[in-house]
Amino acid sequence: MKLPIYLDYAATTPVDPRVAEKMMQYLTMDGEFGNPASRSHRFGWQAEESVEIARSQIAELVNADPREIVFTSGATESNNLAIKGAAQFYKKKGKHLITAKTEHKAVLDTMRQLEREGFEVTYLDVESNGLVDLAKLEAAMRPDTTVVSLMFVNNEIGVIQDIAAIGELCRSKGIVFHVDAAQATGKVDIDLQNLKVDLMSFSGHKTYGPKGIGALYVRRKPRIRLEAQTHGGGHERGMRSGTLAPHQIAAMGEAFRLAKEEMAAERERITALRDRLWDGIKDIEQVYLNGGGAPRVPGITNISFNFVEGESLIMALKDIAVSSGSACTSASLEPSYVLRALGLTDELAHSSIRFSIGRFTTEEQIDHTIKIVHQAIDKLREMSPLWDMFKDGIDLNTVAWVAH
Amino acid sequence: MAYSNKVIDHYENPRNVGSFAKDDPSIATGMVGAPACGDVMKLQIKVNEQGIIEDAKFKTYGCGSAIASSSLVTEWVKGKSLDEAQQIKNTDIAHELALPPVKIHCSILAEDAIKAAIADYKQKRGG
Repeated sequence: MKLPIYLDYAATTPVDPRVAEKMMQYLTMDGEFGNPASRSHRFGWQAEESVEIARSQIAELVNADPREIVFTSGATESNNLAIKGAAQFYKKKGKHLITAKTEHKAVLDTMRQLEREGFEVTYLDVESNGLVDLAKLEAAMRPDTTVVSLMFVNNEIGVIQDIAAIGELCRSKGIVFHVDAAQATGKVDIDLQNLKVDLMSFSGHKTYGPKGIGALYVRRKPRIRLEAQTHGGGHERGMRSGTLAPHQIAAMGEAFRLAKEEMAAERERITALRDRLWDGIKDIEQVYLNGGGAPRVPGITNISFNFVEGESLIMALKDIAVSSGSACTSASLEPSYVLRALGLTDELAHSSIRFSIGRFTTEEQIDHTIKIVHQAIDKLREMSPLWDMFKDGIDLNTVAWVAH
Repeated sequence: MAYSNKVIDHYENPRNVGSFAKDDPSIATGMVGAPACGDVMKLQIKVNEQGIIEDAKFKTYGCGSAIASSSLVTEWVKGKSLDEAQQIKNTDIAHELALPPVKIHCSILAEDAIKAAIADYKQKRGG
């Protein structure tokens, strides 16, 4: 077995070889390197046709009209364009926005920026399973609320929000509803003919496409308007200027085509691997599945190993590429804000690991991971004073810690 | 983050992991940090009649750098008098392990653990 084992598909996925092959056809003199905006020759026409095919492939995965798809550089840009674009366009109606505390930074930081520009933002708490409570969302809505932004699938814990119900609520109040679906494509069924979603962000590289490409769905009926954030040649119907990148776009189209074709089988396969992983780990003492009480995508499993610190656990799992729910590896020593928002104690939030499984994960890799996790937990608990105290029956909450 | 070879060595082969019996009068314990901060270090020293640290053991909940810092100080304090051990500085620990700036707090915690263990010993003797 080749080491290290990649179990961080929620961070990024490798490009599917079929996608890479497609992508290479758009770069060199022998390929379709043209500028899709060139109207005066074949090179441009061909590139434009390829872009439109990809646009249709993306639209088909989510049951939308191709004219509703705007290409961007990725989900971060899509989130910025959607939230800032809608907030600014509809600001005469009101300047209040709603999101949740467990959103991705691309949404939260965008909201923070809008606050600096004079908007008011409500950051909703979530329930302990990670879901937004509909009644609390409704209670937060005001006559001057213009945009609600919530993610489809949470990137740290994998829980799936009830987008259909939230959409109905937003539509009934005339509020624009934006959904960050970066982690959802190819994992959950998305039907934009039925979902009352106005704006939806997509990413190429979370669904076996390349990095640096994404898209924003902008509903036509009822029509949603945005204020452009990037100005220039008026590409993408004026919403996002800049020369289109046919190699990236064709690759994302191919990746989304494959996602549609293989989603059902892939979901079944990944669910089996996820269950195999959890079955192999759940009997370790003091382990907790985060977001366990809600519907989740099978690819993301977030586990807290009590009395073991996440970063040292990642170090012990050195042949396994996972990520820590704890942000210790960055300059910040704060534990994951997502896990804290679920109500986890700092200790449990510091002790969490996200395992994310994907298209190329094998049973053999899962079995090896289980073995290594057991070894690592044994080793680190042997070294952990907290584990000793727990075993001695000491309630850690009653200890007077010297915080530093 | 890339760890230095010394951190990895101490992490993979930690020196002197374990505990001494708490009721032994020659044993003193220093426990510093807090679970909520992601680091707790327990350092125990065994001090002989001459006031020399004969042996030391640690247990640490924390990142690789915290484990390495505590492992290192168990090696450093052995054979030192209490006064000498008291002189160990976090900067020496950080330098020895080539800790990056975000991990300096691990070395500070290790220094605190030595001081806490020595204080515990003195209190035991005094009381």
